[in-house]
Amino acid sequence: MTAPAVAEPVVRAEDVAVSFVGRDATVNAVNGVSFTLDPGEVLCILGESGSGKSVTLRALMRLLPFRRARLSGRIEIAGLDVMAMSDRALADLRGTEVGMIFQEPMVAFDPVYTVGRQITETIVRHEGVSQEQARRRALDLLDRVRIPSPERRLRAYPHELSGGMRQRAMIALALSCQPSLLLADEPTTALDATVQIQILLLLRELQREFGMAVIFVTHDVGVAVEIADRIAVMYGGRFVETGPVREIMRNPRHPYTQGLLASTVHSASRGQTLEAIPGSPPDMTRLPPGCAFAPRCRFAEPGCETPPAAIQLSPHHMVRCIRAT
Amino acid sequence: MLEYIIRRVLYVIPIGLGVTVLVFALVHMSPGDPLSAVVPPDAPEEMVQDLRKAYGFDKPLPIQYVTWLGRVVTGDLGVSVARGREVVDELRIAVPNTFILAAGGTLLGFTLGAIFGGIAGYFQGRWIDKLATAIAITGVSVPHYWLGLVLVIIFSVEMNVLPSIGMGPGGSTAWAWDAEHMRHLVLPVVTLAVIPMGLITRTVRATVAEILNQEFVQALHAKGLFQRQVLMHVVRNAAPTTLAVMGLQLGYLLGGSILVETVFQWPGTGSLLNSAIFERDLPLLQGTILVLAMFFVLLNLLVDILQSAIDPRMSRQ
Repeated sequence: MTAPAVAEPVVRAEDVAVSFVGRDATVNAVNGVSFTLDPGEVLCILGESGSGKSVTLRALMRLLPFRRARLSGRIEIAGLDVMAMSDRALADLRGTEVGMIFQEPMVAFDPVYTVGRQITETIVRHEGVSQEQARRRALDLLDRVRIPSPERRLRAYPHELSGGMRQRAMIALALSCQPSLLLADEPTTALDATVQIQILLLLRELQREFGMAVIFVTHDVGVAVEIADRIAVMYGGRFVETGPVREIMRNPRHPYTQGLLASTVHSASRGQTLEAIPGSPPDMTRLPPGCAFAPRCRFAEPGCETPPAAIQLSPHHMVRCIRAT
Repeated sequence: MLEYIIRRVLYVIPIGLGVTVLVFALVHMSPGDPLSAVVPPDAPEEMVQDLRKAYGFDKPLPIQYVTWLGRVVTGDLGVSVARGREVVDELRIAVPNTFILAAGGTLLGFTLGAIFGGIAGYFQGRWIDKLATAIAITGVSVPHYWLGLVLVIIFSVEMNVLPSIGMGPGGSTAWAWDAEHMRHLVLPVVTLAVIPMGLITRTVRATVAEILNQEFVQALHAKGLFQRQVLMHVVRNAAPTTLAVMGLQLGYLLGGSILVETVFQWPGTGSLLNSAIFERDLPLLQGTILVLAMFFVLLNLLVDILQSAIDPRMSRQ
């Protein structure tokens, strides 16, 4: 909501689809996702495990196993056509325009390289500066993400840091070349509750300071509310509802969004039974032709068997449900 | 790190002592009288007793062990019963010869294994992987001595291009860097290299494939590193496991393959062991096994230290 309307969007995704071709079955992980993201805007993709949110994130950088994954649609980052890029151009884009942080910093760092080395090698790779300059930048970065005694942490190996510290270092690494877009793949999920808040606040602060656009993937409504300008609720590989965070919280129109909000502890008081969404996430190898949520939806009707169109309730609020009209 | 190295080096002392106990016990527990090799069956009982006393075989085993150990630590491995020469002198000739052979086999086997394994792991599941895996399994499965004999038949008997016996012209037992000695090296080295080649291929393949599936490889790509930079990370991660297997294999090769050295009549420790066994030459047998076992211990020490230098997680466990 803070984005200036005049600027070119950082991300423009049109009808992005990803499927993984296996020997026995094809998994349709993402089935036509379209959105734009303005500079400095924070978009949260909210959904349960297996809804295709992480795959969507990785698809933006074409960071998918090239042999099994089929990617289609249009993706533009900073005005560049990602789908048409050569491997070299893609490698130039990654780390500079786009930074990425991962769910598990423990496994996202190379265990046999020091944290410092992993940050400096990125800086040297993209900016061609000397080792010494890169080291000073890395030191400054660790300071920015508030890692105490950064000198020592630069020489540390990933396993020598605590979980929260590792994620801070991962953020420093992602920001090392001042990207205009940060992709965050559930960066707080693997952390303790208290550390989660710290990391969220840090991300929020750095996002404002750097003026980055952020796409933040999470399954946690509370986290989404904390950090997002805009929320995209994902189900069965599609955005089923998108809108400004306040709008979604106050006026959720898709039954799945309503279910998600009702099933969080957020508003429930003691003794009150938590409402859960019945059933389990859809089998992505055999998605129904119509609304993917229909089999679990208590409002399902015969009309749900045709693919629901995107309905614009307002310029910023979109929902894919026939009941919304 | 330094503390780990010191601790690891100190471990060598108890391990080494254990090795001496085992070597001593194994040789003495094997059936047969240690003197039977030198004493004719119809020798008078008195003479046998005298000899037994002279060699110290009449004392209880623990005493024999301590006396033996005392001499061993001063570098005295005794006198070969069958050859009448110092065991140390025999080893001084045999060990370098085995080293030459082992170095050749190591170089060839490890290089090919690392290349095949790396390619197979990187292109996992494709035809080139299947080809490399097939070569590896064949390499591990083919018996040494059989391969040696087949190579001799092809290259020495049929084509007559390579010598089949010995390590140099005229039964040479001292290595020299000339063409003739090199030619003698070819067949034994190839034979010796086949098994480590297969084992290393399989290890490297499994390790590389596992590393490529890890999240951090994706993260390296997400940072925009060049492909070759990512490969360097993979190599560094694969190195500790590969080194461990290589260390063990090098140990086996240094032990001198009895079979390969026998087939090619290579004057190394394998041949020495072979004849010591057949001649029931206890001091020679003990001395050779002990020296080889100590190589193994030291090699493992070296591998452990190298591993912890590459993988920081190891030294802190």
